[in-house]
Amino acid sequence: MVNPNAGWKEIPIGGKIVDAGNAREYETGSWRAMRPEVDMEKCINCLQCWVYCPDASIDVEDGEMVGFHMRFCKGCGICGSICPVEAITLVPEAAPEA
Amino acid sequence: MSRFEAMDGNAATAEAMRQINPDVVAAYPITPQTSIVQTFSQFVADGEVDTEFIRVESEHSAMAACIGASAAGGRVMTATSANGLALMWEMVYIAASNRAPIVMTVVNRALSGPINIHCDHSDSMGARDAGWIHLFGEDPQEGYDNAIQAVRIAEHEDVLLPVMNMYDGFITSHGLERVQLEDDQAVKDFVGPFKAHEALLDVGNPVTYGPLDFYDFYMEHKRQQVEGMKHARKVILEVAAEFEKRFGRRYGLFEEYRLDDAELALVVLSSTAGTAKSVVDDLRSQGLKVGLLKPRVFRPFPAEELADALRDKAVIGVMDRSDSFGAMGGPLFVELSAACKIHDVPAKMVDYVFGLGGRDTTPDQIESVFRDLATIAETGKIKQLVTYLGVRE
Repeated sequence: MVNPNAGWKEIPIGGKIVDAGNAREYETGSWRAMRPEVDMEKCINCLQCWVYCPDASIDVEDGEMVGFHMRFCKGCGICGSICPVEAITLVPEAAPEA
Repeated sequence: MSRFEAMDGNAATAEAMRQINPDVVAAYPITPQTSIVQTFSQFVADGEVDTEFIRVESEHSAMAACIGASAAGGRVMTATSANGLALMWEMVYIAASNRAPIVMTVVNRALSGPINIHCDHSDSMGARDAGWIHLFGEDPQEGYDNAIQAVRIAEHEDVLLPVMNMYDGFITSHGLERVQLEDDQAVKDFVGPFKAHEALLDVGNPVTYGPLDFYDFYMEHKRQQVEGMKHARKVILEVAAEFEKRFGRRYGLFEEYRLDDAELALVVLSSTAGTAKSVVDDLRSQGLKVGLLKPRVFRPFPAEELADALRDKAVIGVMDRSDSFGAMGGPLFVELSAACKIHDVPAKMVDYVFGLGGRDTTPDQIESVFRDLATIAETGKIKQLVTYLGVRE
């Protein structure tokens, strides 16, 4: 991936990205207001959250939902809405100071 | 062996495109450009070229298809005029910023409104900051020669910028003149095979075109475009030198006509320069020290070279075939004035906006411009900075 501090002589011309698959290097989960939490007691591993997540934020290992990739999650809440057993809830990223 | 034929500018340009045999042409008809792509589509139908001809529903789509084809890794050409160029506007900028070496002939025509199909330079002059290289030709021969050279300029690895090849609507596009055409093979050898730069169809080397580019890199990419333009100035001259060696016709950043010892200089683009040359001859025979400078390259603007050519002139008259409303004159005058100021040219300068919407410009009018310049030289006074030549008061 291109160094964020690279000068104009060092980067590919025309705004092109010449290294494939580098989106995984680009963190897009920094401006989230709400974060998903999963109750593993309720989860039935239907993977609807994985199907519907518009990014790649559902962490799946060996075919089982194990949590979230928070580097990419923007807190959109689609996983919570689609979950058929209400295992996923969205909570404020930061609670206001009391 | 080259051959001579009677051809109008559009036929000559279509002939150049046939010889270049681009991978893709995407175009939409618009007067006075239509006969270029009409003739070229006949070449496609007759199997005389291998080109994929994409018929699109608008010029916006034409340029979008050209950009896509160029990104895919093809040599791409198109043509348009006036409102067609205006309709492809956002795509024109994207072609340049994607560094797509597309060659587009722009047959200069007045922009609406009021609606008009005849020549002036308001179309391409409006696109002067789009990031394309701008070449202007005087006659069908120059349209043909510039189309061929444009391919080499655009595709040079130090440039990689699109090129607009301009000549005057109807006057040049539909005016029959003698054109020296080169052999097909000689033209193919001159332009050479297309070498794609980071092609989308090169699946072994995947590349993404057109991603979001914010405050973190956008400015660096614009700086790169500036560098491409800087290199273009040198590459244009190198390509011209090779063209002259192969085909015998000389090109540069601009053409000087009896300018060397002239005291009064006229600067004018395209076909009007042809008329002005005969006026220069007439006035020279009367003993007036007049000369002409006809810019060929408007982008990159050859400021230093123009200033050097005009350094010792007493008065410089610029003729602009388009206006820049609210500016200090037409675009050629404003840029040349800046060039002369920056490079310490002491001459007095005045502007003549002429020929808008195809208004005829006669030798008498051009002579009146030279008479004005002579008066300014004598009196040292400019009565009127911008004159609208031939307008009814």
